[in-house]
Amino acid sequence: MSTQQLTAGAKKAIPIVLGYLPLGFAYGALASLAGISLPFIVMMSVVVFAGSAQFISVSMLAAGAGAASIVATVFLVNLRHLLMSASISTYLQKFPRKSLPLLSFWLTDESYAVGCCELNEGEKSHLYMLGLFGTAYAGWVSGSALGGIFGGFFTSTNAVLTMEYALYAMFIFLLVIQLTEKKLLMAALVSGALSLLFYLYIPGTWYIMLATMTTATLGVMVEKWKG
Amino acid sequence: MERIMLIILGMAVVTYLPRFLPMYVLTRLEIPQIVIDWLRYIPVAVLAALIVPGILTADRQIHLTLNNAYLLASIPAFLVAWRSKNMMFTVTIGMAVVLILQHL
Repeated sequence: MSTQQLTAGAKKAIPIVLGYLPLGFAYGALASLAGISLPFIVMMSVVVFAGSAQFISVSMLAAGAGAASIVATVFLVNLRHLLMSASISTYLQKFPRKSLPLLSFWLTDESYAVGCCELNEGEKSHLYMLGLFGTAYAGWVSGSALGGIFGGFFTSTNAVLTMEYALYAMFIFLLVIQLTEKKLLMAALVSGALSLLFYLYIPGTWYIMLATMTTATLGVMVEKWKG
Repeated sequence: MERIMLIILGMAVVTYLPRFLPMYVLTRLEIPQIVIDWLRYIPVAVLAALIVPGILTADRQIHLTLNNAYLLASIPAFLVAWRSKNMMFTVTIGMAVVLILQHL
């Protein structure tokens, strides 16, 4: 019975795994080109498990950014999970509390998107969700290990540029699916313009945090002002 | 190599807390509405802030030419993401366009 639940959940993770394998590979390959050794490449996937954050940290490391600015940027990039964690928690009231530390560790944009759809369709057990989330995790870790091992073969500039674009394609996808309201579209445009301005005129990598926090604050102010 | 270890552990902490805390605590603690409103903007704002300089610049300068493969690939990537709502298609098409443009 319990194995059945795990397997049923795992099957639902197949589309996520198909996306995570190449993306994880690209991360592993870029990290190895940035001079990070295989154990650390895999370790990051095992303990962090956040695609965007890992890509950003690799490109910031390659650019010689400081540890504080990397961790701060990663924190900001991951703040979006606060909302996902808050929203999915309403479905998990009946789950054993000891399953929450692991389920929340496995919460990603993709597992959230698929997980919420599944939970919307009807009640699911914690084992089902663990099977779904855990399989996605296994896909990400395997992809990044393969990238760390075989990525060294792709040393041409063209291959690196192509793999690096995987990150932007993923960001574009995540942005587009979240543009569900006019105010969010406006926020994306404002933040895009601000980040470009900050990027061009402020040295370092703080432009992401500055643009994001300014935009969110402006958004709240405009909402208050409009009533 | 201690530095990379420290960075990875720091990243692990700042990644886990936003995932774990709301799920675990929310049933007992109410988040003020203004904080929720502010947080609502973060996901799209941070993604836009990552994308725009990434595809519009090279070496900290605006790079608006037909040689900019990232910019050109982002047009079909946007369209595919919007129409298909499928991450794998979006990433595959985007990477394919970058690859093709480099061999033209």
